[in-house]
Amino acid sequence: MSELQDYASSLEDTNSRKFETFSYLPAMSPEHIRTQIEFIVSKGWNPSIEHTEPQNASGSYWYMWKLPMFGETDVDAILAECEACHQAHPDNHVRLLGLDNYAQCPGASMVIYRGIPT
Amino acid sequence: MAKKYDAGVKEYRETYWMPDYTPKETDILACFKVTPQPGVPREEVAAAVAAESSTGTWTTVWTDLLTDLDYYKGRAYAIEDVPGDDSCFYAFIAYPIDLFEEGSVVNVMTSLVGNVFGFKALRALRLEDIRFPIAYVMTCNGPPQGIQVERDLLNKYGRPLLGCTIKPKLGLSAKNYGRACYEGLRGGLDFTKDDENVNSQPFMRWRHRFDFVMEAIHKAEAETGERKGHYLNVTAPTADEMMRRAEYAKEIGAPIIMHDYITGGWAANTQLAQWCQNNGMLLHIHRAMHAVLDRNPHHGIHFRVLTKILRLSGGDHLHSGTVVGKLEGDRDATLGWIDIMRDSYVKEDRSRGIFFDQDWGAMPGVLPVASGGIHVWHMPALVSIFGDDSVLQFGGGTLGHPWGNAAGAAANRVAVEACVEARNQGRELEKEGKDILTTAASHSPELKAAMETWKEIKFEFDTVDKLDVSHK
Repeated sequence: MSELQDYASSLEDTNSRKFETFSYLPAMSPEHIRTQIEFIVSKGWNPSIEHTEPQNASGSYWYMWKLPMFGETDVDAILAECEACHQAHPDNHVRLLGLDNYAQCPGASMVIYRGIPT
Repeated sequence: MAKKYDAGVKEYRETYWMPDYTPKETDILACFKVTPQPGVPREEVAAAVAAESSTGTWTTVWTDLLTDLDYYKGRAYAIEDVPGDDSCFYAFIAYPIDLFEEGSVVNVMTSLVGNVFGFKALRALRLEDIRFPIAYVMTCNGPPQGIQVERDLLNKYGRPLLGCTIKPKLGLSAKNYGRACYEGLRGGLDFTKDDENVNSQPFMRWRHRFDFVMEAIHKAEAETGERKGHYLNVTAPTADEMMRRAEYAKEIGAPIIMHDYITGGWAANTQLAQWCQNNGMLLHIHRAMHAVLDRNPHHGIHFRVLTKILRLSGGDHLHSGTVVGKLEGDRDATLGWIDIMRDSYVKEDRSRGIFFDQDWGAMPGVLPVASGGIHVWHMPALVSIFGDDSVLQFGGGTLGHPWGNAAGAAANRVAVEACVEARNQGRELEKEGKDILTTAASHSPELKAAMETWKEIKFEFDTVDKLDVSHK
């Protein structure tokens, strides 16, 4: 059994802030992002991209990048938009959602580019 | 046309056995598993059940003739063998909808599982399923918020929610209790939970518990940037006191409260659910005492019926059992009542023990809660069985971590996210679970320690269940 460890997390350390699904896993590699896009497309959900300053991540509304990509199934096209949002806002969290219009609820939501906490 | 009064005892089947009856779309339908006394014909027993659960009594009475008894009576319309058990049979009974008060599961169940269960001509009786017509469903309030609204309120998407019941069940002071909650929440849980028998005992009165727990939630939210909750148990000796506790939970900003719907009673539960809907609160439902009713295969009320009762009475979460570690047959039955909780339309499926089509219309769904004796090694199977619309709740599997609650919580959070990520990539969780967890543990010392603590679990079981008959 490994030695007793402290759980490092505090109000002071902004790196303690999480941002929901997959934020307890390592940052996503380009290959991981691609497979998750493929998943969203396979479910028939509408891809949507949002971003925010990390310190404002806990609100319901992030900045929408353009409009949700209704009916888009081209994984490369979706990936290109994700990258474009990241290039335009390199310090922000960028999240990818799969909007399920039947449930009126995102079926997937994940930060694919992590911002720089201040 | 008018009948003459003829005093005396008639055979039930003369009035209540109607094999040619076609049930109406508005009828409430019930399937009973009937174990008769020896020598009593099936039709007579089925008719007796229909009579005793609706209009009938043991003898003819003159006041029968003042009403249209042929309209109001329950009708036994079909009998079927129980596969694999000759001691009993299924009786199907149709009840006209106006036998029941609108929006009252109390009234429906008082009829259907009332006096009839003590009836001497029966050795045992079990209510297997009820079909509530959409016309009746629409008179009930249902879950206060429902699954989608809960996700929006709590900002949780694309994964199961993660909870933990605080232990020891009884005896902690309010401040120590809040500490246990805080540690779990800061480690990555979405919810902590009062145990069912935590109400307001001398060692920890409810109001202090509510205050300390809210402080824990606020700090964990500020620290993690995520939204958190704790099921504040408002189950109380009286409905007035229950409402007082619910009002206070709302006043201090708690997002979710909790009720035990069987011991607390269905009238109280329906009242609380309606209040929650009007006040934007989520309602977690525990099911203490259910096993008294649903465990005996020949007598009582099946849990799928109790599930329907809860969805109509109102609740956003309901404990469902965990499947893992139990028999294969339980898996099918559990999948059946999970569908009953969540789906808007459930088809008859005898292989899952579902006897009727059930249309829920626009009534929101209930999140199944898998809780009890589960730990991180069960995570791949749990994600596979329950999917995203569920709450996975680890009590000892969080608090028993060698480094404490925060590490235990983080271990489970990493594990659930790793399983969801792998599932999204098309991997088979129940076959590849060990590999998925081991890879995830390579960057999470908390998960690695949890896996070492609870390591004796085998994964490579066959996931193909044998679909045969609905009953053991």
